Amino acid sequence: MPGRKLETSIHWVMRIVTYSMLAVIAYIIIDIAWHGLPTISWEFLTGFPRRSGAEGGILPAIAGTLLLVTGTIIVALPLGMASAIYLSEYARSGRFTYFIRLAIITLAGVPSIVFGLFGLGLFVLFLKMGASILAGSLTLACMILPTIIVSSEEALKAVPQALREGSLALGATKWETIRRNVLPYSVSGMLTGSILGIGRAAGETAPILLTVAAFYLPKLPRSIFDQVMALPYHLYVLATQMPNADEVRPMQYGTALVLIALVLGLNMFAIIFRNRVRKKYRW
Amino acid sequence: MVGENSSIVKTINLDFYYGAVKALHGISINITPGQATALIGPSGCGKSTFLRTLNRMNDIIDGTRVEGEVYIDNQDIYRGDIDVVALRRKVGMVFQKSNPFPKSIFENIAYGPRIHGFDKSSYNEIVERSLIRAGLWNEVKDRLDKNALDLSGGQQQRLCIARALAVDPRILLMDEPASALDPKSTARIEDLIAELRERYTIIIVTHNMQQAARVSDFTAFFYEGELVEFGATKQIFTKPIKKQTEDYITGRFG
Repeated sequence: MPGRKLETSIHWVMRIVTYSMLAVIAYIIIDIAWHGLPTISWEFLTGFPRRSGAEGGILPAIAGTLLLVTGTIIVALPLGMASAIYLSEYARSGRFTYFIRLAIITLAGVPSIVFGLFGLGLFVLFLKMGASILAGSLTLACMILPTIIVSSEEALKAVPQALREGSLALGATKWETIRRNVLPYSVSGMLTGSILGIGRAAGETAPILLTVAAFYLPKLPRSIFDQVMALPYHLYVLATQMPNADEVRPMQYGTALVLIALVLGLNMFAIIFRNRVRKKYRW
Repeated sequence: MVGENSSIVKTINLDFYYGAVKALHGISINITPGQATALIGPSGCGKSTFLRTLNRMNDIIDGTRVEGEVYIDNQDIYRGDIDVVALRRKVGMVFQKSNPFPKSIFENIAYGPRIHGFDKSSYNEIVERSLIRAGLWNEVKDRLDKNALDLSGGQQQRLCIARALAVDPRILLMDEPASALDPKSTARIEDLIAELRERYTIIIVTHNMQQAARVSDFTAFFYEGELVEFGATKQIFTKPIKKQTEDYITGRFG
């Protein structure tokens, strides 16, 4: 039967495509781990760079990225969650809401270098924050806001309407209903989606390039108005700005490994968290 | 004709719109306290819509509009300054599909008392009393801290009834409360309604003609958004005045 044969071949094509994608990811991770692990040492993780980063450690870059991620979370999470609550629970469906949604989708599609230039123009220059952790965090926050809003809204929409009606029918106000009978079941989903977005922010280079990242700054920042080094930008510097790129190859791999571990760690945490909470609420 | 004082739910020329679609046409009805009233009629006749105008649950649907007057306890509930929270406390509701909150049995019942700021020390007593009235106490008294979603379908619906009773309503709206249940659970709910009608004014939407005949004192027949006939259940089911009512009850349509 030719139909049967076609079924089998389509099945295999799909399977091979999926497996080859896995293979690519596995290759990247294994290659980086293979070349990067020998570089990883206590001194590398906790030491300061020397000779423009050709030697020494990457502590300032690790600290910088962690600070930027933290700053981004502090800014973007409340804003994103509040917007999602407004859109999902309060906004009436109409032309205005439609345009808000359109704006959010558009924002998600803006290239990250444009966010970098926007951050430079607004935060660094116009608001006179200078190249600083504050400016960089705000820029990254703008970039991941759409992700946080969309995933938070999905988490809110996953809560059955019947639970809202049940609460309202008992005389609860809208906000009481949201606070007591919607948010408790959706906040974990909102956080998970947001963490995945934040993982992306941790690895971005373009938005921080113009707003915060230092080429070479072998010390830790004192305040949010200081510049910092950051892992993705440091990696870019090591790979392209060194007189002899081959010589610093181990430093490149080591930095890449730390960055990947950080982002994957964040994502892993989000996924485990989500799976645990999913078991708790079912309807 | 019943006088002004003996009416607990009264509507005058009530029209209801979903956007441009008119779902209720000039409903005027007068429901006396302490009685069970059944709303019957084919799907889409407006009986559920009517029920939901009585505690303003239709407010949460975008683009809906009410014209005419609805009085609960002689108070026009669509006037600007009405307190919807107080209204919904007075007019409890049980939905077609049981909707227990994914919380413990105790917290489900205590939900209403919590939002209305009842004294915390009264929760134990309220939970027990509500569950007893809903005929669920003996089945759950040893596992009040267990998740309500672990209860059976019939138990979940009785939990929702208990939850509505916990804020001490005067009126209980029931939107086909047994339509998703098996016959045995349905019988339990019907027994329960028979008990509750001693204490509360009950308005129940049902598809099931026998159920309407069994549980109600009065019956209102809705057809295509209009109130065709309203009277004592006995009279509606034995000597309906309108031909449409008779056709529906005898199963000629709907």
